Amino acid sequence: MPADGGATDRIITSAPIGDEVKTTTCYMCACRCGIRVHLKDGRVRYIEGNPDHPVNKGVLCGKGSAGIMTQYSPARLQAPLKRVGPRGSGEYAEISWDEAMEIATGWLKHVRETDPRKLAFFTGRDQSQSLTGFWAAQFGTPNFAAHGGFCSVNMAAGGLYTIGGSFWEFGEPDWEHSKYLMIFGVAEDHDSNPIKTGLAALKKRGSKIVSVNPVRTGYSAIADEWVGIRPGTDGLFIMALIHELIRTDRVDGEFLVRYTNAPWLVVRNPGGADDGLFARDADGKPLAWDRARGAILAETADLSPVLVGEFTLPDGRRVQPVFHLMAERYLGAEYAPEAVAERCGLDADRIRRLAAEIADIAFNHPLTLDIPWTDVWGRKHGTMVGRPISFHAMRGISAHSNGFHTCRALHLLQMILGAVDTPGSWRYKSPFPRPIPPGPGPAGKGAKPNTPLAGNILSFTHGPDDLLVEDDGTPLRIDHSFSWEAPLGLHGMMHTVIGNAAAGNPYKIDTLFMFMANMAWNSAMNPLETIACLTAQEENGDYVIPHVIYSDAYFSETVPYADLILPDTTYLERWDAISILDRPIGSSHGPGDAIRQPVIRPDRDVRPFQDVLIALGARLGLPAFTKEDGSPKFKDYPDYLTNHQRTPGVGPLAGWRGEDGSKKGVGEPNPDQLKRYVENGCFWRHHLAPEESYFKHANATYLANSKAMGMQGQSNQIVLQIWSEPLQKFRLAAEGHGAKQPPEHLRERVRTYCDPLPIWYTPLEQQQHDTEPFPLSAVTQRPMAMYHSWGSMNAWLRQIHGSNKLYMSRERATAEGLAQDDWVWVESRSGRVKAQLSLMEGVNRDTVWTWNAIGKRAGAWMLSPDAAEAQRGFLLNHVISEWLPAQTGPRLANADPVTGQAAWYDLRVKVTKVAPGEEGITDPLPTMLKPPPDMPAPPDILRYDVAETRR
Amino acid sequence: MTSLPQPGAKKLGLVIDLDTCVGCQACATNCKEWNTSGHMGPLPDQHPYSAGQEGVWFNRVHSYEAGDGEAGRTVHFPRSCLHCETPACVTVCPTGASYKRAEDGIVLVNTDMCIGCQLCAWACPYGAREFDEDQGVMKKCTLCIDRIYNEEIPEARRVPACVSTCPANARHFGDLGDPDSDVSKLVAERGGFELMPELGYKPVNRYLPPRRAPKVDAGPPKDAGPLPSQITNPLLRWVDKVLSR
Amino acid sequence: MNPAPSIVFFTVCSGAGYGLLFWLGLLRFFGLVPANAGFGVAACGLALVLVMFGLLSSTAHLGRPERAWRALSQWRSSWLSREGVAAVVTFAPAGLLFLALAADNEALARPMGLLSAAGAAITVYCTGMIYASLKTIRQWHHPLVVPCYLLFGAFSGAVLLALIAAFWGAAAVPAAIAAVLGACAFLLKRLYWSSVDGGRPVATMESATGLGFIGTVRPLDPPHTETNYLLREMAFRIARVHAARLRRIAALAGFAAPALLMLLVYLAGGVVGGVLAVAAVALATAGLLAERWLMFAEATHTVSVYYGVPDRR
Repeated sequence: MPADGGATDRIITSAPIGDEVKTTTCYMCACRCGIRVHLKDGRVRYIEGNPDHPVNKGVLCGKGSAGIMTQYSPARLQAPLKRVGPRGSGEYAEISWDEAMEIATGWLKHVRETDPRKLAFFTGRDQSQSLTGFWAAQFGTPNFAAHGGFCSVNMAAGGLYTIGGSFWEFGEPDWEHSKYLMIFGVAEDHDSNPIKTGLAALKKRGSKIVSVNPVRTGYSAIADEWVGIRPGTDGLFIMALIHELIRTDRVDGEFLVRYTNAPWLVVRNPGGADDGLFARDADGKPLAWDRARGAILAETADLSPVLVGEFTLPDGRRVQPVFHLMAERYLGAEYAPEAVAERCGLDADRIRRLAAEIADIAFNHPLTLDIPWTDVWGRKHGTMVGRPISFHAMRGISAHSNGFHTCRALHLLQMILGAVDTPGSWRYKSPFPRPIPPGPGPAGKGAKPNTPLAGNILSFTHGPDDLLVEDDGTPLRIDHSFSWEAPLGLHGMMHTVIGNAAAGNPYKIDTLFMFMANMAWNSAMNPLETIACLTAQEENGDYVIPHVIYSDAYFSETVPYADLILPDTTYLERWDAISILDRPIGSSHGPGDAIRQPVIRPDRDVRPFQDVLIALGARLGLPAFTKEDGSPKFKDYPDYLTNHQRTPGVGPLAGWRGEDGSKKGVGEPNPDQLKRYVENGCFWRHHLAPEESYFKHANATYLANSKAMGMQGQSNQIVLQIWSEPLQKFRLAAEGHGAKQPPEHLRERVRTYCDPLPIWYTPLEQQQHDTEPFPLSAVTQRPMAMYHSWGSMNAWLRQIHGSNKLYMSRERATAEGLAQDDWVWVESRSGRVKAQLSLMEGVNRDTVWTWNAIGKRAGAWMLSPDAAEAQRGFLLNHVISEWLPAQTGPRLANADPVTGQAAWYDLRVKVTKVAPGEEGITDPLPTMLKPPPDMPAPPDILRYDVAETRR
Repeated sequence: MTSLPQPGAKKLGLVIDLDTCVGCQACATNCKEWNTSGHMGPLPDQHPYSAGQEGVWFNRVHSYEAGDGEAGRTVHFPRSCLHCETPACVTVCPTGASYKRAEDGIVLVNTDMCIGCQLCAWACPYGAREFDEDQGVMKKCTLCIDRIYNEEIPEARRVPACVSTCPANARHFGDLGDPDSDVSKLVAERGGFELMPELGYKPVNRYLPPRRAPKVDAGPPKDAGPLPSQITNPLLRWVDKVLSR
Repeated sequence: MNPAPSIVFFTVCSGAGYGLLFWLGLLRFFGLVPANAGFGVAACGLALVLVMFGLLSSTAHLGRPERAWRALSQWRSSWLSREGVAAVVTFAPAGLLFLALAADNEALARPMGLLSAAGAAITVYCTGMIYASLKTIRQWHHPLVVPCYLLFGAFSGAVLLALIAAFWGAAAVPAAIAAVLGACAFLLKRLYWSSVDGGRPVATMESATGLGFIGTVRPLDPPHTETNYLLREMAFRIARVHAARLRRIAALAGFAAPALLMLLVYLAGGVVGGVLAVAAVALATAGLLAERWLMFAEATHTVSVYYGVPDRR
């Protein structure tokens, strides 16, 4: 008789996990966690979080843990491809890298020699923008951006123009001390693991978490209170909170006076060219009204300002403090809780209660840390006193055409509470804060053949003079960013590039060069229209966009529309930098950056995109990529990372600089720099001293050290901007002042939306069409296991989310005769899409939503055409228009009028049951894509097991 | 013999915090990647790139809504083997392949002996059994037995993969047989509960219930001042307010 | 529960086989059926064929049928193992009975008949206990499940025995037994159905998740968007209308009609009796297959609650 299983079961409890372990940085989403990759027999055995890494401290989310299946996906492109049939046909010939580089060089050289603007170079969720942006400037085209324009530029711009930092990459809640956290529109957004870890820490301490979100999933699920607001009304809700705080006198006056421009004086001269600008002295320094001394420099250390009233300066100008204008506005009856409640879908009493709760935490429970520090006026403080209330917000409030002002309103709320970079509140991540706004305006004027552009292409406009427009207001950029259509378009407007290129608005382009951007599917508003643009032909049969070069590691829906495919490696096969020059991994504890190193060797004829770009730079003779003798300046990307200097001593990586690696931030290139990173787990961090850790915008020690490390060019106080003068300058231009003025069709728009104080307005799309037939707001979010993860080629992740349904309030659906699993048409002003319904409790009654980017086009990603993703998965994108409803004048993007942020969430729809017989399959259902040649056949059963031999 | 061993003092298990689980699926995929090359691997996937994709997973995360309307809450609910003290999956097994370890209470399957009758799956009320239709044998959560005793792994990381990877600190591992262990204390403090105790299988794993919202005082300001309703022109109050840096 | 054909066939076939073996051994001992070799070989042979067919069919359900022998080891705790052991052990007296009958060795046939009857009863009891011991499935974890298995086996065996005996013009006793058992089975199954229909679910979503203290619990999203083994196996669902129709077929074709036919066989005898017996076997087989299919299809497993599939349709 056999013994029991335990007697013969062989359990190996002392085997090494693999033969080798290498650290690198995850890229299953944008969170940039440190990982340890265990290898066995050259294959990936196990990927775990790196316990030493500052971002994730050893944890790893559902995406990162599924990296093996992304690494070994059959959808990986195998070799360079040249299109041999019509665009979209999928007819490709494999070519050598030599041929591919020759083709690309040929096209690009011609463009650069004739009109470099005719290259549009746009990347997706790229993390090497410090290289790609620099390359574009070297090439000489202003037409460069990454995906920020359709992601969260409102959040970035709103923050950087207001407090000199922003949520996610440039700031985070004080997870160790906050007693109350309010999150807006956050769905797994961006700071994936730190938020999860932080929320757990808050809960452990008994802090309260409030989530303002139309949908109660993810982080909202574990919030202590869910505020199921109607999409697009967050700004109104925030302004009602501000109204209540000011009305009940719960305002941190000391904070406003010390750290914001609340006391600054604004010129009141209606109709005048200086109306709404700050009153400044002869040196251009802003003035405040001192109780004893009248108008003096606002930066005066012992200023005791008067915050309300109207004064006359010695030169006769009438002025009012910013505080006065701000308080007056938000005390207006239109911001009272009663006035906003119905529109927000909330109770007025509840808004008042939340305002009272916030005030209670901020003012009745201040937090004192026994840390001495010195402020910018040289005064020493024995302690750090803060307001332990923090906020975090992301795409939910950002992806609306009123999102910029909503984000600014949220920062204003923080300032009123005195809750910016104080103990317990939201904190800057180094190297932020930065001057508001930082640096010179965007590069892009005067593009000439064979000439680099000086400066950064994506930079900050300070006023009309910085706009990239012709004298008549015509945009200089193909995407119209930094034009009167989007004066603060800091991240570009990728969502308009292909449409504008096809329409030749403002000009036709020659080559569209894209990296990692699925513009023919889920990254496009209205993908079918985008495909039509990519395949549009001139009368003579030439494509309207003559050349399309695309680099991606996978067979995405965009691949079949390119003429030349440059296959990229996976994230585990390449060097990369999470660069201090771009969006590094700094935290509130100090600056930091990170690298990726190849942990496995590619088994295909593919090359890292960054290597390819650097090689192309050399072939094209771009000065920064070429030696004087014309030979390549850099061997490859690692060589560039080590030896490139943007300014003397400042390169892509801040750690271990100097010949012996002893310098931080600024120092000569160190030939062993990458080695040092690898030895340290592929990241570098600098710990701030306790006295530098808060009040960074006015902390003398922090600002001086930050300057010394090259993190910024100055060490003056960074005064938080309630009243935004750059916006007022655009408004003045619209009112007829100055040499640069908006064209007539945009004049009123610029005047209205470039308000120097946050405003709320009905989203543009909803203002401009009859929303009566479309009673429901429709939004999307990415599920946790797929956020920023390009996941459908991943055999594990696609089991978790293989199709998506349309979620609707149970109560509303039942009232409308709709039931669980019914098939419905979701119809907007611009089209309709068929989906299956799912009912839930935790959704705003006037809102429907779905998981985004689960639906795939048949054949793409090497999924069989009958895959659930193609049959039952659907994209809401099909009913979103990239343009605002037709009006007179040129068409305008469905975007924020200030920043150009794509307004994904302004969508209004109606939901009706399909006709009998229409159930079971989604619609539209574009034709199946043909895979490129020589793609491996996907297996029908997967038995991934690298330790077979061990057992 | 699949009769149960004499109960040991040590009861290794998991404590899952439903209050902080955000449903990110980290436990599910990290478990999958560890275990597919682990003691009970592979964890095969059928139709991985076509219709009807499904596979063997030791950890599955459900989402529920509890309560109605705005007063309710969404709860993410990871489900895996509970390593019962008196598991029916062991006693029904006709071959002895399914067994419970006396030394730590872990319930395992010896896949070399399993005949794939699947009776254990019928007997388990929690759906913890995962049938490998490719190999024809039953598989299940091993509590990462090849991690938790593995001297090649740093001691602090010798916990199941799902625990070490959980970003929301929603998973805890330890000896629930020891009332002084951290996990036992956590269970006591938070009112941890068993799933379906009425069935009598004495699951070792515990679930911590969603907490009630902390109380925040939403009353009027504590310092003396006018009540909000008494304020007529709030702006005027700032005229005489003395503020300094 | 998923009504896997292999298991439905197995339990119906082996139940009938063991029932036949039981009655053959018992009635022969008391001289209530023909003692001749032809009858004995036919009846015993059919019983053995049915039992073996049933057991072979059950191995089709196994993931690793070549390891089936291992199932004999855990008889101390596992009803499945006990069933296997009982089945194997019963083959000894049953085989000897067959040989004794073929050789007309009455001295051996009588004790082997009794032992076979005992073995058959024990084996079917074990089969019933496999199901009745599963607390996860309330329709199985029910006091009437084992009596049902025993009674239905005995009934179907008696019907078969009556058919065979009819060829020897001696169907009266088994037919009478079958008629009585059929009537009992009809009543017992009705009683069982009314009991399970009024039974309380083992678990609700509130109790299974422990979240009932918050309020009504509803599924929002399953762990995976496609189906899986557990759902296929444990969350099988049958439409109410369909189930009601099958219940009528099971009750009428499986029990009432054959019982009535058996009564007529008892009364009529002869060729008419034989013809009626054939009809009774055919009806009982169809009815019992429907009954057994329903036994699975209507059974609800606690795990389905986690997937939001309620106990009640």
